Amino acid sequence: MAKILLEVITPDRLLVREEVDMVVAVATEGEFGVLPGHAALLTLLEIGEARYKKDGHIEYMAIAGGIAEVFKDRMTILTEAAELGREIDIDRAKKAAERALERLRKKEGVDIARADAALRRAVTRIKVAEKAKGA
Amino acid sequence: MATLRDIKRKIGAVKKTQSITRAMNMVAAAKLRSTQVKMEKFKSYSEKYKEIINRLTQLAPIEEEYPLLQVREEIKKVHLVVIGADRGLCGAFNSNLITRVERFITDLKSRGQEAILTIIGRKPRDYFRRRDVNIKAQYVGVVGKIDYIMARRIATDVLSSFISGETDEVYVFFTKFVSMVRQEPTVERFLPIKPEVPAEGEVSIEYIYEPAPKIILEELLPKSLNITLYSHILESEVAEHAARMRAMENATNNCKEMINTLTLLFNKTRQAAITKELMDIVGGAEALRAK
Repeated sequence: MAKILLEVITPDRLLVREEVDMVVAVATEGEFGVLPGHAALLTLLEIGEARYKKDGHIEYMAIAGGIAEVFKDRMTILTEAAELGREIDIDRAKKAAERALERLRKKEGVDIARADAALRRAVTRIKVAEKAKGA
Repeated sequence: MATLRDIKRKIGAVKKTQSITRAMNMVAAAKLRSTQVKMEKFKSYSEKYKEIINRLTQLAPIEEEYPLLQVREEIKKVHLVVIGADRGLCGAFNSNLITRVERFITDLKSRGQEAILTIIGRKPRDYFRRRDVNIKAQYVGVVGKIDYIMARRIATDVLSSFISGETDEVYVFFTKFVSMVRQEPTVERFLPIKPEVPAEGEVSIEYIYEPAPKIILEELLPKSLNITLYSHILESEVAEHAARMRAMENATNNCKEMINTLTLLFNKTRQAAITKELMDIVGGAEALRAK
């Protein structure tokens, strides 16, 4: 069966480079899936979960926004930060979420957009980590 | 004249210095390699990013009035981002860069424009702190530890003061790594962004764009600044290590030369002392016999 070559690249490392069966990620317009033979696509990614299926096994990732390009059974995800579900430290993510909430509550003198993004990243990481544990 | 013991002591001192400079040379070499590895990894990210931006500009040339591209009619305040080193002992690395910046500031002043500085690195900071310039931000003691996240924070600050109109133009000063023996202080315009000239030929494949190319591009352009800044920071680091390696190699060689000269002097002095003693003995014996 045809496969997709998935590459997840961040500024400091190549997180994933694997032949996979299917990829699901969150774009600005919502979740989308990529199967082998997908049309060429370029899209912006939101902060959110991405997952890929390989030999019946599903791997979860937390993605901090970025770009995804699909071209000829190759998919490249460029993101400023990404982690595999099993690498995520849940306690740290929970603390980050609490800090972000705290900042959002204060409201004054806080960069709301930044705190909101931090919160969404932390929540995504918690979700992804829990899913990875369950899988 | 120096006594034998003085010369011996001096040789010992120079030898110690030599072992320090030799060690520093090796440390710089190791750091150079690890920074180059970091640079390689970052390249796979930045090159892909640039490739995508290029393709997008082919499809949807961004209009001149887009704020990040727009060259302002009246330029009053110019922001200079200086990337230097925290430590010395790297030859003319810092002073070459500083000279370049000074020249630029003089030019600005002659045109009646004001310079605002953001400085990375202790050495250039120490220099400009004592001069009559406006330092907006400084990052000291971080060179070598700057990661992408930090570079992004610096770039975001620079960008927001550009957007708010606090600055009208931004230039980055850094040292280009040309080769192991050549590092060149360089200046590049950071903002407004020079629009890429779409590469000819190869009119790209039919892509589905989500959202429209123009919107994607407007999202990607500000982020491309982070990439530019971070790669300049990495390049400056590589150049610094190369400069230090060379400086330390020269120092080690100079020590070797000095040790040679001193050893020669030591031997000559010793020989002279022996000759003198012999003369004394012979002279004494002669005197005795003459009686």
